[in-house]
Amino acid sequence: MSQSYNRGLIEDFGRWKEFSAGMWAWIFHKFTGWILIGYLFTHIAVLSSAIAAADGQTIVVGGETVNAYTGTLQGLESLFIVRVMEVGLLAVAVFHILNGCRLLMVDLGIGLEAQDKSFYASLVLTGIIVVASVPTFMQGVGL
Amino acid sequence: MSTQQQEPEEAPETDPEAAEVPPESHEMKAQSSPQQARLQRKQDGLAARERAADETELEGDTVHIKVFRYDPEVEAKQEPRFDDFYVPYTRGMTVLDALIYARDEFDPSLTFRHSCRQAICGSDAFFVNGSQRLGCKTQLSELSQPVRIEPLPHQEVVKDLVVDMEHFYDQMHSVEPYFQQEDLPAGELAEQRQTRENREKVKMSTRCIWCAACMSSCNIAAGDNQYLGPAAINKAYRFAMDEREDEEIKEHRLRIIEQEHGVWRCQTQFSCTEVCPKDIPLTEHIQELKREAVKKNLKFW
Repeated sequence: MSQSYNRGLIEDFGRWKEFSAGMWAWIFHKFTGWILIGYLFTHIAVLSSAIAAADGQTIVVGGETVNAYTGTLQGLESLFIVRVMEVGLLAVAVFHILNGCRLLMVDLGIGLEAQDKSFYASLVLTGIIVVASVPTFMQGVGL
Repeated sequence: MSTQQQEPEEAPETDPEAAEVPPESHEMKAQSSPQQARLQRKQDGLAARERAADETELEGDTVHIKVFRYDPEVEAKQEPRFDDFYVPYTRGMTVLDALIYARDEFDPSLTFRHSCRQAICGSDAFFVNGSQRLGCKTQLSELSQPVRIEPLPHQEVVKDLVVDMEHFYDQMHSVEPYFQQEDLPAGELAEQRQTRENREKVKMSTRCIWCAACMSSCNIAAGDNQYLGPAAINKAYRFAMDEREDEEIKEHRLRIIEQEHGVWRCQTQFSCTEVCPKDIPLTEHIQELKREAVKKNLKFW
């Protein structure tokens, strides 16, 4: 047989402009899933400071001496970038939840012909929820 | 072949239409199933595009096609490239017509598979402007120029637009795509009757023309060579849902498709359903087989 030519990325993600709704939903679902797993580990790391707090360790935050756990949280929350990342995390989580519901419907065979619309709906809903959450997340943080 | 290009006014124009369901049949039926609604929308879109094509005067123009060229046996073609052809446009010209013209008039070494030219043989699935389409069923007027014509992705390119279909056929055969009923009705001339409802259920799945467009569009099939792929699972659906086969045979079929590289690999991208030239609701069929497989395993009595 003749050898074949490997067309590389052109065959997959090099074509991202031509992707349809279902394909985007799949990519976003994977992407958000991995981010949520990554967050899980940082979440464990932050919560673990409670062990240090239980041992009586303290941190100085803004001239105040607090226990290690509260200090870690306050230190993180005072950072603007952390607030932005929290909004991002919410966006990721909300999309993953909404698209997960969409996939549940797909698995049950309900509304398969509207799968592209439900994807767009989950995107729009994610956008609305995230925008609405911004004031709450950004409360009391200076740039 | 070459005689037909001289007078493409009549011939190719009707070809893609012939394979379509006549529009009247949609109007007569109520919009009961989503499939019908989808087809209706597609039909409307087609009509609208045709009207648009009539208005935009492509007549007398040339169509710019870029065709993938590769031949490991010819030194000058070992490095893949795109060749440009400017084909005189006639109304109703399809991608396949343009390729045939380019081959007959410009470059006889241009290689591609084609046979019936009416979307039945399934030979001429190409990757046209970034999507898997049947060459004979795709109107040039619907495409933006230049029209990029490439061989199907995720299959080995043998030469130019010809891909190796062996793996696809292997997957199709692995689901045993043939009727296996052993107990035949008594009487020499007795028929194996199927209810109308059951026929309707499998109707769409019987339309597969083995063009491999779905398999090529599927990202999972691209990454997992053992995955049966949408076409093979659809084939399995066609027989598993056929009530004329006994329950044990259906269970046997479900055992095949519920294996590791069977239905559970499908991650509902809907890529296959989007590209299927015969409008088979592939994802729907795969999902239904998933549910059947679960039901079979939950059944403990």
